[in-house]
Amino acid sequence: MPEMNEQAEAQVTGGGTETTETAAAVHGADGNFHKTDANGNKHIIVDPITRIEGHLRIEAVIDSNNRIIDAFSSSTMFRGIETIVKGRDPRDVGLMTMRICGVCTGTHYQRSIEAVEDAFDITIPKNARLVRNLIQGALYAHDHLVHFYHLHALDFVDIVSSTKADPEATAKEAQKWADVAGHKPSISGVAEFKAVQDRIIKFVKEGRLGIFGNGYWGNKSYQLTPEQNLIGVAHYLKALDIQRDMAKMQAILGGKNPHPQSLVVGGVTCVQDIQNPARLALFKQLLVDTNDFVKGAYLPDIYMAGTAYAKEATDADQSFHATNHKGTLGKGVGGAGGGILSYMTYGDFRLDDTGFYSAETFFKRGVVLDGDISKVIELDEAKITEDVTHSWFEGTGAPEHPYDGTTIPKYTGLEKKDDGYAYLKTDEKYSWIKSPLYDGRKVEVGPLARIVVGYVAGDERTKKYAGNFLKRSGLPLTVLFSTVGRTAARAIETEMICDAMVEWIDELAKNAASGDLSTWTDFDFDTVAADSKGRGMAEAPRGALGHWIRIKEGKVENFQAIVPSTWNAGPRGPNGEIGAYEGSLIGTIVANPEEPLEIIRTIHSFDPCIACAVHVVDTKGKELAVYKVDPTCAF
Amino acid sequence: MSIDKEESVKKLFTAESAKVDTNKGDAYYDELYASCQKRIEELRELEPLNNRMDFMESVEEQGLERRDFLKWASATTAMLMLPASFTPLVAEAAVLMNRVPVIWVELSDCAGNSEALLRSDGPQIDEIVLDIISLEFHETLQAASGHQAEKQMDEAMEHFKGKYLLFVEGAVPLGLNGQYGTIGAKGETFVDHLHRAAKGAAAVVAVGSCATFGGIPAAAPNPTDAVGVMDVIKGKPIINIPACPANPSNMVGVILHFVLTGTIPELDSLLRPKFAFGYRIHDNCERRAHFDAGEYVEEWGDEGAKNNFCLYKVGCKGPMTFNNCSIIRYNEGVNWPIGVGRGCIGCSEPDFWDKYAYERPMANANIKAPTGGVEKTVDEFGLGLLTAAGIGIGIHAAASAIAGKKEDEGEA
Ligand code: SF4
Ligand code: SF4
Repeated sequence: MPEMNEQAEAQVTGGGTETTETAAAVHGADGNFHKTDANGNKHIIVDPITRIEGHLRIEAVIDSNNRIIDAFSSSTMFRGIETIVKGRDPRDVGLMTMRICGVCTGTHYQRSIEAVEDAFDITIPKNARLVRNLIQGALYAHDHLVHFYHLHALDFVDIVSSTKADPEATAKEAQKWADVAGHKPSISGVAEFKAVQDRIIKFVKEGRLGIFGNGYWGNKSYQLTPEQNLIGVAHYLKALDIQRDMAKMQAILGGKNPHPQSLVVGGVTCVQDIQNPARLALFKQLLVDTNDFVKGAYLPDIYMAGTAYAKEATDADQSFHATNHKGTLGKGVGGAGGGILSYMTYGDFRLDDTGFYSAETFFKRGVVLDGDISKVIELDEAKITEDVTHSWFEGTGAPEHPYDGTTIPKYTGLEKKDDGYAYLKTDEKYSWIKSPLYDGRKVEVGPLARIVVGYVAGDERTKKYAGNFLKRSGLPLTVLFSTVGRTAARAIETEMICDAMVEWIDELAKNAASGDLSTWTDFDFDTVAADSKGRGMAEAPRGALGHWIRIKEGKVENFQAIVPSTWNAGPRGPNGEIGAYEGSLIGTIVANPEEPLEIIRTIHSFDPCIACAVHVVDTKGKELAVYKVDPTCAF
Repeated sequence: MSIDKEESVKKLFTAESAKVDTNKGDAYYDELYASCQKRIEELRELEPLNNRMDFMESVEEQGLERRDFLKWASATTAMLMLPASFTPLVAEAAVLMNRVPVIWVELSDCAGNSEALLRSDGPQIDEIVLDIISLEFHETLQAASGHQAEKQMDEAMEHFKGKYLLFVEGAVPLGLNGQYGTIGAKGETFVDHLHRAAKGAAAVVAVGSCATFGGIPAAAPNPTDAVGVMDVIKGKPIINIPACPANPSNMVGVILHFVLTGTIPELDSLLRPKFAFGYRIHDNCERRAHFDAGEYVEEWGDEGAKNNFCLYKVGCKGPMTFNNCSIIRYNEGVNWPIGVGRGCIGCSEPDFWDKYAYERPMANANIKAPTGGVEKTVDEFGLGLLTAAGIGIGIHAAASAIAGKKEDEGEA
């Protein structure tokens, strides 16, 4: 493969540092790809995918032009939390399901509690609604920021390259992108950039980079200039500081982060913090500081990266639909990493106190299929099903609604080769994640879905923020249907949420000052918990999240969750339907198959949370998570 | 309940601490001081394992004054339960932290402890410490994926053989031959991965309740047969830092202690460092005066809640739980679960999901975990005591509630 060797060589000479040489030294016999199939296509395994929550493996098939022609996503871990909550008091379920994920943390907590409140038909007081919105809003902003800088940025930013930057030019560059965003830059001083650079130079000189070691530095698919890279690195470090403040916001009303503790069925417990104006003022101050960083660093960096990576983002040749024979769209929509172009949202953040599913919401609910942005289809909960054809579970053959689903584990393992490498058996079962479908279709969930659905639904706020982004960047709408677009959508909604939270915290302070300190709605547990069922369907930072619960004689009879990464990371459907992760990889050209940078860049753009995505199982092979709802149920 | 029983329960809950003796006498400390000094001297001779930047330089770069740094050092000295005279040594140890390589592996986890590490609370300084400790491998944070990531780990294990601290986050699933969790291109099971990583470690630090006692995956009925690290790894020093997630100050404390003394801190019978887990939440709780006065929150959001009353009757398990949350709190000390009016769920105790994590008081809990859970490593004496306390305290609480009510009325 002369082509590859050339690239490997270019890397050494191009990078020119000790680290890239070390990385180059591993090329050859023992790289990321391990088998070549009958057609001469290379199969590569990327396991572990790092900088995500949970354990994920990607296998990709790459043709002689280095184009990904097929891809498979598999989760390699699960714990069975849905089984564990069965038989317990429904009031305690939220604390346990929160441990599904330490990153989304409070989101699962809230969804479970809402499912129970839906079952008990409880409407929480205004203070409780606002507190939950504020904790959840801070969580979104925190999650998105940490994702971009600490889990995703290094897919765009070449740390080693930043050592060649001119600090003065860097300061000018930072000013330029801040101007595009219409805000003052978060870091503007030449001296500050110089200090960061000195620090990195020291780091690089030593040869061992710690967690930055063995990165893909010097890879050809890095597009930023040294100055832009230095901006990225400087913001990476500053974001470490900012994220602690954002977590502090959650702790003010939630007790701690990760894993807050102030939500209970019926409301919240933090009445002390609500009635203390100093606490709320501290919250607001932290919010203002956060907002400064979001507008003065996060968004400018997105404009910068979006522009630098616009070519791939709009390269229809690399889109899923250019390759995928089953696609209903022709070429020309979306670019590298765009994926399947079908989106679904449940909606989130109640804006009034009329009740769970009747309140106006900040994020809209709906479905957009096949990139058809002329209309939003109304979400019909009955059309949500899960299939296990390619998951390590036994099924009845047909996709099932989560309410009716049975889950019986059936682990069939990996295919071990003589050289010790183990491959997914992609024709059979290959993941612990189930394959959820909407109306028999695969859909993508997450920030991009929220922006697309909100935009198409004509939501004023979404149109304003997304429109602003496109106007300022001068990029076309289609840029959103790509890896970079997904990353941009996350930044757009971060700004939206941070601005809205300013309104919410003021509303809470005003309400408390007016003398309303009610935080909890009373209910008679024994009556409501005799026999009931409910669902908590809203959004998590990573997309649509649903918890379904059935309660009998005061105990959880059954519990089921379909989480964002189940939708996005799930394996093939019953008829080979391709999900969001797999679809987004297909079509992409990788610069150097030895270094899976393009793969992890696209996978990271979804912000995977794989621990969440995995379903229930039982070692003893008993039938578990039997979720049956009487057919007269409204769903 | 007879009077003397009630008295003994009362005594139990008013005792300063059940386990830790904070003052070990001058001779002990003199000797420790000398050995720490020697250790630090030796470390100073060593080249930083990977040439990390100079600590004080980076402190100054961050706009921190030496004075702030020393303040942090003295707070940390107190947290480690050392006399104030150790402050300069602790400061010195912080400077030398870059001599201790850390490898962090994740098993059946939720990444909550990694997130907590990022939150490293307390003085700003902690973050700098973390920024420059020698973190060699950390799945959630590191740049490389796949093959390059595996190589990074292999190299670090080889290069720092016998010297690195292995941090483990997440439980170890043993069911299905360990195949509930695999990692790497070869599909290595978590349990094999752990064995391989632990082999060359100087000590193994289990962070969070999953890695220590099995945590949520091991809650009844424990579908994946998950256990804690100490049930799998034998013949290595093991330090447990439980809680869900572990407090980052305690993680930093353990590393510092290791740098300072070259040994692991003094542990209780559950292998928890006594400096952090030597007190009950209840011993230092800010609502304690209300407990003693019999002033309770009776239901969420009531007048008691508005007045910061004790949370025992809405399920607080602070009396059964050993941890230092009530002293160091969370997220730069801004709040903690009892502060936010919820109460402690006992998250640093073994099997707490089955024993403590419900919103009713211990004595009149009417829901039991489906199967009761497996009792493995509980300190039997402690358990007996606490269970008795649980029942006793229910009665005590009921008795004082009557007194409390009277006062309520008085106040209203
Ligand atoms: S709130 Fe909990 S820890 Fe505090 S005094 Fe009451 S029972 Fe003890
Ligand atoms: S107060 Fe109790 S529940 Fe809360 S973190 Fe501490 S030990 Fe865990």
